[in-house]
Amino acid sequence: MTAVFDLPLDLDAFEGPFDLLLTLVLKEELEPAEVDVAAIVVAFVDGLAERDELDLEACGEFLVLIASLLELKARALFPEEAAELDELEPGEAAEELARRLAEYRRMKGAAAWLTERLAGQRERYFRVGPSPLAPRPERQLAPQDPERLAAALRILAEPPARVSLSHMGLRFPPVAQFLERFRSVLGRRRRFDFDAEVSGLSRVEQAVAFLALLELRKTGEVALEQSAPFAPIRVSRAENERGAEWIVRSA
Amino acid sequence: MDRPLRLITANPVDQLARTIEALLVVASAPLSVDELARAVDDDSIRIETALGLLSDRYREGRSGIVLEHVAGGYAFRASREAAEACGRLFERPVERGLSQAALETLAIVGYLGPCSRPEIARLRGVAADSTVAGLLERGLIAEAGRDDGPGGAVRYRTTALFERVFGLEGLGALPRLDDLGESAAEIRERLHSVAVGRTA
Repeated sequence: MTAVFDLPLDLDAFEGPFDLLLTLVLKEELEPAEVDVAAIVVAFVDGLAERDELDLEACGEFLVLIASLLELKARALFPEEAAELDELEPGEAAEELARRLAEYRRMKGAAAWLTERLAGQRERYFRVGPSPLAPRPERQLAPQDPERLAAALRILAEPPARVSLSHMGLRFPPVAQFLERFRSVLGRRRRFDFDAEVSGLSRVEQAVAFLALLELRKTGEVALEQSAPFAPIRVSRAENERGAEWIVRSA
Repeated sequence: MDRPLRLITANPVDQLARTIEALLVVASAPLSVDELARAVDDDSIRIETALGLLSDRYREGRSGIVLEHVAGGYAFRASREAAEACGRLFERPVERGLSQAALETLAIVGYLGPCSRPEIARLRGVAADSTVAGLLERGLIAEAGRDDGPGGAVRYRTTALFERVFGLEGLGALPRLDDLGESAAEIRERLHSVAVGRTA
């Protein structure tokens, strides 16, 4: 029994006695999936071969330990499979095992057939390399009548119909809107500066505002002053107009 | 004694055969009848007749080049009698050093493909990552979509190169799976006899 535990191992993932490897696996310090079980078996069998007599007790112990290790490794490698098989009844599990083994046997058989086939192909040499195929040509148009083509081009060459911009016509705000506005301003103040009042409005709105101003002047509601052409227009209540002179020299 | 090669003749099929011959020399992969028909702008029946002429002209023992029907198409290869000389000059990198694991994986992909790595691992009982990567690198298998659902595993299928390397006309030339290995019933029988023997 001691011979089994002292079995020296030199694996990719571990180097030392077998019992230390088992301890590390059980403490989850070594992944069972990384342990090469076959190499352990080979090391054990080599050890047996060196001795004169067969230690059956050691062999039995080894079989139990290595089977446990194999089961741990299988569960680590295929956790879902283990869960699937756990849910099966023993009879079903045996059936499933037989089915999988048969499947694997068939694939091994297929691999053996491929191996044999490959051996038979050793004398077949052929060119292996990239074979860039030319892109397939675009489907050509059927022959066309040149006159029909010219007619089609003439249609395309026609200048397009003029697009109507009527829907984009200018919109004038009502003059009454500015009449009210200027009356209201003059209600609060005696005079105001027309330019300052309409600044910030669009040109169209400013024009309508000016029309409203002329309308107010016509009805005698306001007096207008402008010291020079293009100078600011001063608007005042009509009662102030009497003593004052106003000149409008430009529109 | 074989007739000498007659490459120039008034027979229109022979003229077609010469064009096909030229296409097969340029190609580095087998060309199907459809591909040849498209290239020479002729019908499939005449192409097959011309291929028949070429097969007779390029066969083992008559020519250093042999026309073979492989991987779903037609291709030229060296004759077997020239294999030794070819072997001194050329490598066979695709099939060199194919391991048992690689051949088993190829068999699984060939028979069950398109299939994913988890499916291969499930059948073989060991992880298939490095084997699949090796076969991909050799060009013997190729990706063929993914399993259904989000994050589905990549599926693989065998390539035309696989069929060519193994000298198969197509995957249909693989032997029936039922003829390979034991059946589930036979294995069940053996497991049963082992269990009986243990309890006895």
